[in-house]
Amino acid sequence: MSAATFKIWRTLPGGDGTFQTFHTEVADGMVVLDVVHKVQAEQAPDLAVRWNCKAGKCGSCSAEINGTPRLMCMTRMDELNLWEPVTVEPMRAFPPIKDLVTDVSWNFRVKKGITKFTPRTPDAPDGTWRMAQRDVDRVQEFRKCIECFLCQDVCHVLRDHGKFDEFIGPRFFVYTANLEMNPLDTADRVPELKHDKGIGYCNITKCCTTVCPEHIHITDNAIIPLKERVVSRYYDPITRLLRVFTS
Amino acid sequence: MAHDTYTYDVLIIGAGGAGLRAAIEAANAGVSVGLICKSLLGKAHTVMAEGGMAAALSHNDDRDNWKVHFADTMRGGQYVNNWRMAEIHAKEAPDRVRELEAWGAVFDRTPDGRINQRNFGGHRYPRLAHVGDRTGLELIRTLQDHTIHLGVTVHMEHTVVDLVLDGGRAAGALAYDRQSGRFHAFAAKAIILATGGIGRAYSVTSNSWEGTGDGHALAYRVGAELIDMEFVQFHPTGMVWPPSVKGILVTEGVRGEGGILKNSDGRRFMFDDIPDNYKPQTASDAEEGWRYTQGDKSARRPPELLTRDHVARCINREVKAGRGSPHGGVFLDIAWIKEKLPNAAEHIKRKLPSMYHQFMQLANLDITKEPMEVGPTTHYVMGGVRVDADSQMSTVPGLFAAGECASGINGANRLGGNSLSDLIVFGKRAGEYAAEYARKNPAARVSDEALARVERTALEPFERGASGENPYMVQKDLQQVMQALVGIVRQESEMREAVQTLQQLKARAARAGVSGGRDYHAGWHTALDLRNLLTVSEAIALSAIERRESRGGHFREDYPDKAAEFSTINMMVKEGAGGMQVTRVPIPPIPDELTQVIEEQKS
Repeated sequence: MSAATFKIWRTLPGGDGTFQTFHTEVADGMVVLDVVHKVQAEQAPDLAVRWNCKAGKCGSCSAEINGTPRLMCMTRMDELNLWEPVTVEPMRAFPPIKDLVTDVSWNFRVKKGITKFTPRTPDAPDGTWRMAQRDVDRVQEFRKCIECFLCQDVCHVLRDHGKFDEFIGPRFFVYTANLEMNPLDTADRVPELKHDKGIGYCNITKCCTTVCPEHIHITDNAIIPLKERVVSRYYDPITRLLRVFTS
Repeated sequence: MAHDTYTYDVLIIGAGGAGLRAAIEAANAGVSVGLICKSLLGKAHTVMAEGGMAAALSHNDDRDNWKVHFADTMRGGQYVNNWRMAEIHAKEAPDRVRELEAWGAVFDRTPDGRINQRNFGGHRYPRLAHVGDRTGLELIRTLQDHTIHLGVTVHMEHTVVDLVLDGGRAAGALAYDRQSGRFHAFAAKAIILATGGIGRAYSVTSNSWEGTGDGHALAYRVGAELIDMEFVQFHPTGMVWPPSVKGILVTEGVRGEGGILKNSDGRRFMFDDIPDNYKPQTASDAEEGWRYTQGDKSARRPPELLTRDHVARCINREVKAGRGSPHGGVFLDIAWIKEKLPNAAEHIKRKLPSMYHQFMQLANLDITKEPMEVGPTTHYVMGGVRVDADSQMSTVPGLFAAGECASGINGANRLGGNSLSDLIVFGKRAGEYAAEYARKNPAARVSDEALARVERTALEPFERGASGENPYMVQKDLQQVMQALVGIVRQESEMREAVQTLQQLKARAARAGVSGGRDYHAGWHTALDLRNLLTVSEAIALSAIERRESRGGHFREDYPDKAAEFSTINMMVKEGAGGMQVTRVPIPPIPDELTQVIEEQKS
């Protein structure tokens, strides 16, 4: 056991908030979520925190720990400097609900607006499809996403510029890439990426990739290839010239 | 008390695999569907399933078919399963898996481009369609992404306090919105419970906080019957260290890929105790076991892949005999396969990415180099709401149940991989039959008085305020009682003591108090969860006392053998005049053709 000081964001009546300081004991192998739960059970029963699996698989317990967007359940105490207070605050890009809980409903609305999976007619004799593992490897990387929305939280287009109406954020570029690169899918999402989803706003600073707890190469493997598709469709001079002649 | 009331043809409580699959089916049938989830959409406990979903697709071994799957399921369940559910499940699982692919699921592939299947405990052939070791995530995300385009209304972060009946028929529910603490009323022609398990009744569990037996208890309180509650599955391999992650699952897939169990003497103890009915199918030495995991069809499975109940008890025995690992488990070694495979480290990371990640991050341990420490963890409840095998309707008209909170398919012990397939097979059926029920029946009436009563009960913890019992402490004490007295190895005196203690805990729970506002108040939520946890705990303990034998997940030190008189009955729990009543209900006789299927597969 060693002593630790936690500064946890608490919502005040009226909607503002402040850091409240808690002194507690930390045991071997504990993660930040354990400490938050300990504080909740012993000192602040009404402390609001969203969590589920506590195993890094559901993506519920996203927060900002010492200023960095992370999962509370996967942040071990022994990697933090306990000489200083540990700060835990909610994701700042989203509207606060209470304490560490934010309103992430925008993400669910965005997903609904993306053209859904549209497979080609089954073409194998047994009424299904054949796909090689090497052809699905890259899609499987995107499908590891646990929808913790940390990439959305850190993205400056959303966090600093508030482009929630024009830009879908890294999570949904990964989602779109997963659909676009699925060998069975036949839909074309390039026009919506350019016109509605704001892919042009991303200037590939890779902050999203840095915070991804699933280590998805968001920028390199999802966003840049999608940007390339938009560019070759709309800005490539030869393609544009061809379009003049063919249309 | 006025409530916002939402009215649907079909109301589904729970949005894991079963709830989502039911929602898809009901929506496709053209009825209006409301879906209540305790968490955000896509976060339900299904997300944690790792190994895969069992379906006799016969992609990796063409000897597999529904009959073998059926016989495996019945043997795993020690023949007290609902044979009709086991039959439906084995027959329909392949179609349910294939349809996921049409909805965007991307399974791992065989060399010829079909869905790849892996070995798992108790399954004769490689049968688990999977995506690395994150199959549950793939399932829930696929169903979620399909559902959002079907016009289903989703109520996230809502918890149902109680169901309301109308003349004996399911009519509605009162729920609170976690975020605001406000109550909402729901009226429906049919209700499907898909709330998952009860793991949070134990202190060491692989379950998320949601596994508080809500569906079991909601059904019980409106007069439905529960069966098989004594059968709780302790998964043999949970993490044991560090303490804060104790119980988190280590997938059976580790053993499916060649991982072996060893005690502190370095002995592979699973070879020491192989039950007679599994001997013909179990490897005679380490070499044969290894060949099996690598797909050699002439080899038999290693003893690490015996059923979960057996492996868990063997581990328990090693630890009790003083041959455990430093933190009270045994060793699970996958790193050893470097003796057999070039690039073993890469192979392990590819096949078991989440496990690699989980141990690296939470225990500072590289599973490609060192053995893991593992021990049993409360994982799954075979018992649940008693339902009709075909329609999934409970004994309360209009009330359906599917997935873990329903009972029957698994008997005394569930095979790994049969849960995810159970969710989609019976989730679909529940959705289909609930929609049909809704079309055939008029709207039910939800009485305001009944809703008001439920609301008053739900608000009592605030009336008692902060001077009441701390709900977290009551929950912790409850978990310790169940862990210590109604755990893997049971005996009558201890379980009687547990039942006594549960009565005291009930009294303490009735005094639980909280203060503050109602918005996102975890202490209040815990106080309300206690009621459900206490109900399922009592049902488990009382049923376990009455089953005076050992079978599957239920092991009694005082009755260590199977008894013929219990081979033809299920324990049934129902609310009676004097409280909870346990009675024996006979299992309907199995048709000759299914008996024949079982006999054929015994060799």
